[in-house]
Amino acid sequence: MNPGSRMPESSPPSSTDPSADPSILAARTVLGEADIARALTRIAHEIVERNKGAADLLLLGIPTRGVQLARRLAERLAEIEPAFNGEYGTLDVTMYRDDLRRQPTRAVGQTVLPGSLDGTIDDKVVVLVDDVLFSGRTIRAALDALNDLGRPRVVQLAALVDRGHRELPIRADYVGKNLPTSRSERVRVRLADVDGGVDAVVISAASTTPASMTPASTGESGGAR
Amino acid sequence: MKHLLTTQGLSKGDAILLLDTSAQMAATQSRENKKLPTLRGRTVVNLFYEDSTRTRISFETAAKRLSADVINFSAKGSSVSKGESLKDTALTLHAMGADAVVVRHSASGAAHQLAHAGWLDAGVLNAGDGMHQHPTQALLDAFTIRRHLVGNVGEDGRGTDTSAGADLSGLRVAIVGDVLHSRVARSNVYLLHTLGAEVTLVAPPTLVPVGVETWPCRVSYHLDETLEQWQPDAVMMLRVQRERMSGGSGSFFPSPMEYSRKFGFDARRLAVLPDHSIVMHPGPMNRGLEISAAAADHPRSVIVEQVANGVAVRMAALYLLLAGTDAAGTDERNTL
Amino acid sequence: MSTPTSATYVLRGVRPYGTDPVDVVLADGVIAAIGASGTVEVPEAVTGDVTGDVIEVRAEGHVLLPGLVDLHTHLREPGREDAETVFSGTRAAAAGGFTAVHAMANTTPTQDTAGVVEQVYRLGQEAGWVDVHPVGAVTVGLGGEKLAELGAMADSAARVRVFSDDGKCVHDPVLMRRALEYVKAFDGVVAQHAQEPRLTEGAQMNEGVVSAQIGLTGWPAVAEESIIARDVLLAEHVGSRLHVCHLSTAGSVEIIRWAKGRGIDVTAEVTPHHLVLTDDLARDYDPVFKVNPPLRTAKDVEAVRAGLADGTIDIVATDHAPHPVEDKDCEWSSAAFGMTGLETALSVVQQTMVDTGRMTWADVARVLSENPARIGRITESQGRPIAVGEPANLTLVDPSAARTIDGRSQVTASDNTPFAGMELPGRVVATFLRGRATVLDGAVVDGAVVDGAATDGKTLEGVTR
Repeated sequence: MNPGSRMPESSPPSSTDPSADPSILAARTVLGEADIARALTRIAHEIVERNKGAADLLLLGIPTRGVQLARRLAERLAEIEPAFNGEYGTLDVTMYRDDLRRQPTRAVGQTVLPGSLDGTIDDKVVVLVDDVLFSGRTIRAALDALNDLGRPRVVQLAALVDRGHRELPIRADYVGKNLPTSRSERVRVRLADVDGGVDAVVISAASTTPASMTPASTGESGGAR
Repeated sequence: MKHLLTTQGLSKGDAILLLDTSAQMAATQSRENKKLPTLRGRTVVNLFYEDSTRTRISFETAAKRLSADVINFSAKGSSVSKGESLKDTALTLHAMGADAVVVRHSASGAAHQLAHAGWLDAGVLNAGDGMHQHPTQALLDAFTIRRHLVGNVGEDGRGTDTSAGADLSGLRVAIVGDVLHSRVARSNVYLLHTLGAEVTLVAPPTLVPVGVETWPCRVSYHLDETLEQWQPDAVMMLRVQRERMSGGSGSFFPSPMEYSRKFGFDARRLAVLPDHSIVMHPGPMNRGLEISAAAADHPRSVIVEQVANGVAVRMAALYLLLAGTDAAGTDERNTL
Repeated sequence: MSTPTSATYVLRGVRPYGTDPVDVVLADGVIAAIGASGTVEVPEAVTGDVTGDVIEVRAEGHVLLPGLVDLHTHLREPGREDAETVFSGTRAAAAGGFTAVHAMANTTPTQDTAGVVEQVYRLGQEAGWVDVHPVGAVTVGLGGEKLAELGAMADSAARVRVFSDDGKCVHDPVLMRRALEYVKAFDGVVAQHAQEPRLTEGAQMNEGVVSAQIGLTGWPAVAEESIIARDVLLAEHVGSRLHVCHLSTAGSVEIIRWAKGRGIDVTAEVTPHHLVLTDDLARDYDPVFKVNPPLRTAKDVEAVRAGLADGTIDIVATDHAPHPVEDKDCEWSSAAFGMTGLETALSVVQQTMVDTGRMTWADVARVLSENPARIGRITESQGRPIAVGEPANLTLVDPSAARTIDGRSQVTASDNTPFAGMELPGRVVATFLRGRATVLDGAVVDGAVVDGAATDGKTLEGVTR
């Protein structure tokens, strides 16, 4: 096991001041705190609009940052649609990934469904929430994980950032920002409630990646994610 | 983690990771579809030199729930005493491309040798070697203790496991019986200590090994005194092998009746314990010898749950052994 | 390399017993001359044999010792020629600096009759590397029930004086008493493998902290000490000579010290491996460290070193126990007991006793040559002083050399050395058996015409394999 790479809480704590991290000296912030807030609010409205309300709506965040984004979306949805109870869940996809053998062992996260569901997602309108949509492989794993939990009526996808370079026929239904990138660049989402500091989406050259960081622990998108 | 051979030297972080992963595995096992695709295409060999249908089935179930291919290789009855067969079998498994070998063997150290003698490069999971270690049994015991005495997870296993990340600090565990010959006791003493629990071994002096003084635990020769004065949170009864009671050098105590009287666990002794305490046994039980039927079937007995948790713990061990890249996943601390 | 039987050797600058350098001339099987370093002329005419070569050995600084004598060697032949033969084992002995070995009785068939001991004796003579003195079994088939024909073995051509059931303990006290008494008639000695059998049923390693952790059945020190205590008292009672094989515990040293203080005629041996290795080595379950008696604790190692230094322990004997790969490349509990020792013994003694300042080279000569020859009653030819006219059974060792041990490159037919990969000090440069070099320039001298005149005047050819 590689202790530095498996646990979410083992991510580097230095992110309050991005400039202190030498790996992102060449980084530029493409979304700031306010941009992210506005994007989430817009997505919340789009979800309600697309689904004609929030009936049977189930937000499932994909760890780590997707869970916090799902929580924020749930808060906004509860404001927009008083009928919505503000609940959200967590969908861990680790055991469904297709790159397990290419990575150091990943810790298995929790899958938690809102208590009101009584353990079933049958006939729900599931909105998967992730921070960065890249190759589409994480979402593929999420669809498999979902399949083992039940049979939703429809599954939709919300992503804060879509950086392109899809490797599977998967698209997002709700996108905070489409971000043209080169494949070698890294896109990082930093959320105050996960990483400390202020919310930001940062893009940087991949060559500066510290060896100790892996996509699983830093909320970036790179590699086969 | 390349191998899981012993709990001695297992770091606290790794132990908790194993327990946390077990909790996630347990959560998946309450679903209608219990099968996960995680280890598809991986081959797990159950190499059992000793009869143990229960342990083998537990490992087999765990591997199959993770979609691994399982090959059961029962070496019992072959020329184990010639020794060479372990090496030859290992070479055979290597040639067959086994990714992990779950080994049960009557010789202490057999799993260690399989992992380190250079006979094969698969991950090795010790399912019990002689009188040495049985790490997944200790892990499932610790997991059971944590769920009951730390976590308060609902009966159905759904909902948040509040024990995630927790250790067992402050808990008292009494391990009672044939410590001398017990790999379960050895594995538990080290794991429970690593997790912060206090352990007292309770046995007649004949069933305590010379050299026990270096183990991170206390030793008592008196069960009643330990239960009354020490008030353990969990009592783990060990199986007494029938052959230890026979005459000659095997006679470790005067009679089964005397053993039962002094070291058997029954309803009367259960009543001495705190209300939250639990009763454990790795099985198979000798009812009426080391544990009475009333104690074994008591609501505070978690013996059946231990069996169920065994599958989750073994899923976790297989996952952590097989799911990552081998090179990056190697942790020498676990290959002790 | 050809070494005619009549070669004359001039050893330049050697240090007998580690003392001041001298030149030593070996000719006609004896030490022909000893003179101040650089002063001895090459003695063209010493042998008076016109075919004789004169070989000069530049050996400045090397220590000259009387040829080493091992009281405890397993040559495995007859029976286990896959592990060792008399030829390969004695060749290894020569490489280790030995000029005589006592071949233990646990062969198949057992060395419990005059016929078998004579066979082993003859095989030793044919091989010609060292003198082979067979040890006779105390009981028939090492069965521990019935005395073997000790007298017949003593009277045989092998002239057996050391009797042992080594590998098994003569545990029946009555039988032990009878054996001790009986061998007095021919000045024999019973060499006891001290192991109480009931206390060591299924035993795998030293009983203690390590065995408790790694789950191997323990071999308690008391199983050795109780037998030694009993036997010294028996020896005192019947007035016999007793030799204790491979004692391994601090308690055993104490008992021997006590017995000697009481005037009991007991001698004791320690193996090289018990002088340096401990039971911690079992933790990786590598059966190369499985040996009987087992490796003990650091405290015991210190006790046997102290006992060897102060004379409580009389000798170092190898307990050279070769095993084929398949008997060691397996589970610990299935593996055979024993480790090779002939080629590493002197280095281990140097490392643990000489380089630490606890013993001199003269002490080494005492514990590895003089005392074992005395116990084995072979002092007519072995363990003799380094003096003019004495048989030229000599060992030349370079104490400043260091070598890394590799089992596969050992001369013995087996490679189960516990010192593999370790660097040990000292190297045997040359070994002379009655003036003939069996080892020269650090290598065994193969292809030589065997010195058939060695002991029985019969010339044997073509037996070097």
